[in-house]
Amino acid sequence: MSKNTVSDRFRRVDVDEYDENKFVDEEDGGENQLGPDEAELARFSLCRTWDLEAVASRPVLHTFQRCLDDQWGRNLMEALQAVLKNPPINTKNQNVKERAEGLVLKVLSSFKSSDIEKGVQSLDKNGVDLLMKYIYKGFERPSENSSAVLLQWHEKALSAGGVGCIVRVLTARKTV
Amino acid sequence: MHSSKWQARTSGRAVGEVYYPVGPVVGRCCRGVYRRTHDSRHVDRCLLQLIAISWMGTAAREELAVSPNNNVVCIYQKNGKEWDKTQELTEHSGRITGIDWAPESNRIVTCASDRNAYVWSLKDGVWKPTLVLVRINRAATCVKWSPLENKFALGSAARLISVCYFEKENDWWLSKHIKKAIRSTVLSLDWHPNNVLLAAGSSDLDCRVFSAYIKDIEDKPGPTAWGAKMPFGELLLEQRDCGGWVHSVSFSPSGEQLALVTHSSSLVVVDAAHGKEATPLTTDRLPLMSVLYVSPTEIVAAGHDCVPYQFSYQGPGRLSFVKKLDIPKQASKGSMSAMQHFRNLDKRATDDDMNDLNALHQNSITQLRVYSGERARIEKYSSVSLDGAMVVWEFKH
Repeated sequence: MSKNTVSDRFRRVDVDEYDENKFVDEEDGGENQLGPDEAELARFSLCRTWDLEAVASRPVLHTFQRCLDDQWGRNLMEALQAVLKNPPINTKNQNVKERAEGLVLKVLSSFKSSDIEKGVQSLDKNGVDLLMKYIYKGFERPSENSSAVLLQWHEKALSAGGVGCIVRVLTARKTV
Repeated sequence: MHSSKWQARTSGRAVGEVYYPVGPVVGRCCRGVYRRTHDSRHVDRCLLQLIAISWMGTAAREELAVSPNNNVVCIYQKNGKEWDKTQELTEHSGRITGIDWAPESNRIVTCASDRNAYVWSLKDGVWKPTLVLVRINRAATCVKWSPLENKFALGSAARLISVCYFEKENDWWLSKHIKKAIRSTVLSLDWHPNNVLLAAGSSDLDCRVFSAYIKDIEDKPGPTAWGAKMPFGELLLEQRDCGGWVHSVSFSPSGEQLALVTHSSSLVVVDAAHGKEATPLTTDRLPLMSVLYVSPTEIVAAGHDCVPYQFSYQGPGRLSFVKKLDIPKQASKGSMSAMQHFRNLDKRATDDDMNDLNALHQNSITQLRVYSGERARIEKYSSVSLDGAMVVWEFKH
């Protein structure tokens, strides 16, 4: 027998790559998509919550904190709108997608449970679809508390968007 | 399914008549009802899928061609309130994927996954097949006669559409291929009323309108809103990235609008009268599988939700959901024992005693077809679904 019948390297060749009829998705220019803007989100000072907790033990600051909470609630709505702008749908850069997902998760976790419903209502149809895409992306990589928060959001988004919204997450070729 | 009779089951609702193959209920499988008649062989499949259906209605008789998810087409004739099976057409060797019946010329065209299509004509009361040379190397998926019935279009998984016409000189059916721009399986077809334009929805997420003008058998068509120059195979509309597989397409009675349903649970209407503008409507329900224009503005669509829905298109940007067309059963809440109540709570986390869907169909609707009425004002339409039932609905304009 000749030598080359022993080798089975040919089995590792992906023949589908060489099929001339192979279906390729259209590549839209995704290089310009950068995902939500971090600088804009800093405006809503989500990191300042940690300072508040240290200070809140002092009784005189309780009323101050309540005012800030209201402000914070309103700010969160705007933060949600801002973070859902400019989704990195067409880009192939995984870093951009991961960064966007991280930012969205941060905003979603900062919401109080009672405010989630209001947050979802403030979005339009496309916004709810996009939110659902981020929620499922977040489910893929669960961290400490993320699944619980995401499940709450999922419930509210489902009542707003229906099963059609989830179907669109599944059929979207280009997703966040 | 080997029953020779179909019995009408009136459900007491004015909206639809339901027809099931007759026979005692032998068992209930998780998705449907499986019936076996006394004189038939045991059918392995418990899911009866009526994939293709076509009507032939005249004042004198009503006939129906249906295929129960195998390689046989059964012809039924209406006999009072029941349907009698008159013939079986058994030329195909693969599963039948499309049937269309041309009412004026009384011919049936069938296509199957065996890459063949046959045109059947009635000779001495028996249907005789004629092979069509479609020249495809993959399965055929759908077939439709043109409005004038002098040609038909056949969509296939070979990424092309075969437009077939009869050539008198050699007494055979020839085909011409449309391959331009199609990148994947053609899932659905519909003809424009002018007998030349053809809409095709495919699994490459796009919907296209082609010209299927055959010089040998027809005159040059006049210009339409879709375009003026229409040589064979010309691409007049390419609706890219509709969101999912385009399961069904339907032209409006005038031919100016094109409605399509996709797997991303959305309905899109492309309006040629307003610059081919597309108006999408994303629904919050499961995907729709079939769409039908019943009047110049009203659209009926049905799919995995097992009920038909009505939509209305009034102009660009004005596409809206109107209502669900199925009337739910009046739930007869009998007395439930406490044991049953807790058993339901334990098993299903709900204390409803509902074993089936609150709808006439118990499984996804796969096809909607015109039953009676003119193209511009459809009176009745029929739906078939994966539960093996066919329902005739009346549309109230």
